[in-house]
Amino acid sequence: MDAAIETRPGVFKRPTATTGAWSWFSTVDHKKIGILYGATAILFFVVGGIEALLIRLQLAKPDGNVLSPSAYNQAFTMHGITMIFLVVMPLGAAFANYLLPLMIGARDVAFPRLNAFSYWVFALAGIFIYSSFFLGGAPNGGWFGYAPLSTKAFSPGHNMDFYALGLLILGVASTASAVNLLVTVVNMRAPGMSLMRMPVFVWMVFVVQFLLVFALPVLTVGLIQLIFDRLMGTNFFNATKGGDPLLWQHLFWLFGHPEVYILILPAMGIVSEVLPTFSRKPLFGYPVVVFSGIAIGFMGWGVWAHHMFATGLGPVANSAFAVSTMFIAVPTGVKVFNWTATMWGGSLRLKTPMLFSIGFVTMFIIGGLSGVTHAVVPSDYQQTDTYYIVAHFHYVLFGGAMFGLFSGVYYWWPKVFGKLLNERVGKLHFWLMLIGFNLTFAPFHILGLQGMVRRTYTYPKGRGWDGWNFVSTVGAFVIALSLLVFFYNVIVTRRRGAVAGNDPWDARTIEWTTSSPPPEYNFAEIPVIHSVDDFWHRKYVEDKEGRLVRVPSGGADEEEHDRGSGVTDGHGDDHHAIHMPSPSYFPLLAAIGMPIFAYGLIYSRILIAAGALIMLTGLYGWALEPGSE
Amino acid sequence: MRRGRTARRVASLVSLGFFIVLTACAQNAPQDTFHNLGGPVARKELNLSTPVFLVAAIIFFLVEGALVYATIRFRARSDRDVPVQVHGNRVLEVTWTLIPAVILAAIAVPTIGTIFSLASTPSGPNVVRVDLTARQWWWEYKYPDLGVVTANEMHIPLGKNVAIKLRSVDVIHSFWVPRLAGKQDVIPGRTNDLYFSADKAGTYLGQCAEFCALSHANMRLRVIAEPQAKFDAWVQQQKADAIAPTGGDAAHGMDLLLKNQCIFCHTIRGTQAAGKVGPDLTHVAGRMTFAGATFDFTTDNLIKWVSDAPAMKPGAKMGRGLADYHLTPDDVRAIVAYLESLK
Ligand SMILES: [Cu+2]
Ligand SMILES: [Cu+2]
Repeated sequence: MDAAIETRPGVFKRPTATTGAWSWFSTVDHKKIGILYGATAILFFVVGGIEALLIRLQLAKPDGNVLSPSAYNQAFTMHGITMIFLVVMPLGAAFANYLLPLMIGARDVAFPRLNAFSYWVFALAGIFIYSSFFLGGAPNGGWFGYAPLSTKAFSPGHNMDFYALGLLILGVASTASAVNLLVTVVNMRAPGMSLMRMPVFVWMVFVVQFLLVFALPVLTVGLIQLIFDRLMGTNFFNATKGGDPLLWQHLFWLFGHPEVYILILPAMGIVSEVLPTFSRKPLFGYPVVVFSGIAIGFMGWGVWAHHMFATGLGPVANSAFAVSTMFIAVPTGVKVFNWTATMWGGSLRLKTPMLFSIGFVTMFIIGGLSGVTHAVVPSDYQQTDTYYIVAHFHYVLFGGAMFGLFSGVYYWWPKVFGKLLNERVGKLHFWLMLIGFNLTFAPFHILGLQGMVRRTYTYPKGRGWDGWNFVSTVGAFVIALSLLVFFYNVIVTRRRGAVAGNDPWDARTIEWTTSSPPPEYNFAEIPVIHSVDDFWHRKYVEDKEGRLVRVPSGGADEEEHDRGSGVTDGHGDDHHAIHMPSPSYFPLLAAIGMPIFAYGLIYSRILIAAGALIMLTGLYGWALEPGSE
Repeated sequence: MRRGRTARRVASLVSLGFFIVLTACAQNAPQDTFHNLGGPVARKELNLSTPVFLVAAIIFFLVEGALVYATIRFRARSDRDVPVQVHGNRVLEVTWTLIPAVILAAIAVPTIGTIFSLASTPSGPNVVRVDLTARQWWWEYKYPDLGVVTANEMHIPLGKNVAIKLRSVDVIHSFWVPRLAGKQDVIPGRTNDLYFSADKAGTYLGQCAEFCALSHANMRLRVIAEPQAKFDAWVQQQKADAIAPTGGDAAHGMDLLLKNQCIFCHTIRGTQAAGKVGPDLTHVAGRMTFAGATFDFTTDNLIKWVSDAPAMKPGAKMGRGLADYHLTPDDVRAIVAYLESLK
């Protein structure tokens, strides 16, 4: 604490502390930024989860009156925005930030201060969007914000201003982060780490950053047009003045479908690391898994109109998008088969990370198969906008992405915090979550096929939907319970968790060669990479029959000791040769300007000027200060 | 031994699951897309869905089965287990790339066929044409060849194709009657087409399927399919002007209604009420429901509605009879009596 007060910034004094509460505001360490991303995302996960519980309470029985229609519309809109933009995306960013440099043998990302800027812009954008609850009402037009409903004529309040401006700011955060990680992967790999020796997680994150860089501008165009329509009276989406409501849908889904892969690919990367580690076998068909990830990234651009089959695009367009949507299932299926083959014949240690990864694959199969049924256009005429769709994307994004991300949480927790999460509590968390998840979302398939429409704040008796809705609500509370178990695990582990050591899982990739938690500079010596799963091959060799033989001497254990002795106290100063970038307040300052600017667009020109000034001051100071001193 | 018991437990759980699903589907669900379909369009869509769902189910059991089997079969017995290190297998990988591709191609062919066959809207003298207008939050149907205008409840003759032109005057809606046909979005600035026919008489429930703000949930609709003779009678009755009541509450109600703002929004043919904002009320008492087919057409509901419409249907454009139009409860009762006379 004392140190924190001492290093509190003067206007011109550069922060120097790397520990203490204040250091979190000025840190440029990719690991701390990763933790910030993760903690913020989990916080939003709780908020988005509470919104989900309110939705489920409202729909537990027909003619429910837990929420007013207006509150319900805000709840389901904010649930979507939160889970997509403030939970799953930043959780992906958390893992990417923390792990990418460690997994490619780098000391930090390419642009450490830009990294801090990305985080602060994201966090402040989240706060900006949520501030709308206290300023007259949160966004209420759906996360998809269909025009013309989202335009001023039909949404006269500020709700959808917060939506459009908030997503624009979030886009800045994601773009900055994407550029940063792209350059990091391209330029900062350790000697010997060719592209085809990168861990699959790094590959999937790499693909995601390309998707972000290309998809976000499309959304940005749509959002700016929406802002122009709302605030400056243009008519991009106003049909009565020659505008086209469908233009919004094309732009939104041209972003929105790649977005699905932005959400799921990091989880697929995590699973591709966890399954081999806990099967004690290499990933089956590493190049095929990598290339199918790239193929998904490419094909993801040609399927957007499957969200629009009922808009009347005509039979030719519908057929084309049906075919492209069907065939994107091929690389996805290949991944599932390769994961299964990785486990096949292995020696599976069913620890919590492994359970979550297997959970990911089993649930993702269901989401993938229901996804193929949407591609059957005439069938989709019946299914679209029903709970069947809601079931599908929750199987992909919760059963898929969230299970994968939790797998990553359990897997890398010991690396990040130095202690192993409790196994028994972790398994309880897994089973509760799996059961709760299926209780909640499996009934949605049936409800959708029985004609229950999405986004309705209520439904009448006599439609045959009562029973399954009640089951689903019960399931939602089981999920909530499983999360309480997770938080309990975090607390128990903090108090009396087992110390992890460098390599608690007998893992395969080089982040496990350094101490847990890693020192600020990650590696005392930059490792030299000789193969995929480099760390594994330092520990084991294969005999002629492909059987594992532990390297008798000079192997991992000794190496860990060698490294450990020098670096475990975690201060860069001890290693005079290693220069790490210095902390800085300017990224935070520049980020603070953005939401103020956005408030200005809604409320007053003075705030626009103030926001711009703050942003420019931050960028100016940032430009003038050296990267490290 | 333990493994056998686990397997049996899993099997009984699975069969229990199926039992629950089957009983759930058997219960009465009037918007079900799988059972009791009423016409060839919905059936065409189902005939495509069913085999696709079956294929998906088979793949589901094979893949999940392999995964669960692997999880149980290859559990580590000891920490010292060392499996054979397999890095991949080209032949296998090519195989499981090609097989799904072939299956998907096999699904694509009938899919495209059905897309095109559903896209060619029938025309000719035997087709009933309807011009549909969607609004927040109700539906207006005009039959251009028959001179009929009505709201929310669409009457159609059995066995004849109904070709609908869909337009919206405000936001995007989506017209859906699950047991007759899949959805068709209704988009401002465009005219979309949908057709279907019914071969079973009855009342088909539907609702708006695209989020359209506050009362999206209350934008329901009905399609009443009836034999040609009954339909013709309905048309004749609908074409007639409203008959003015000759006395009592209803006549008083008519006076009140025509003196009030009601006439700026509603049309009652045969009177000076010619508003175009709200539903045509000329034969409103011939409908089973009102306000987006959300409430049963009963005296009690009508009294509540005329007294305070937004309280019943959030966001309703109609003002509150008591507070905004300064009606007394007696006035409301009289107006309702008049509405009930508009058969
Ligand atoms: Cu999509
Ligand atoms: Cu609607």
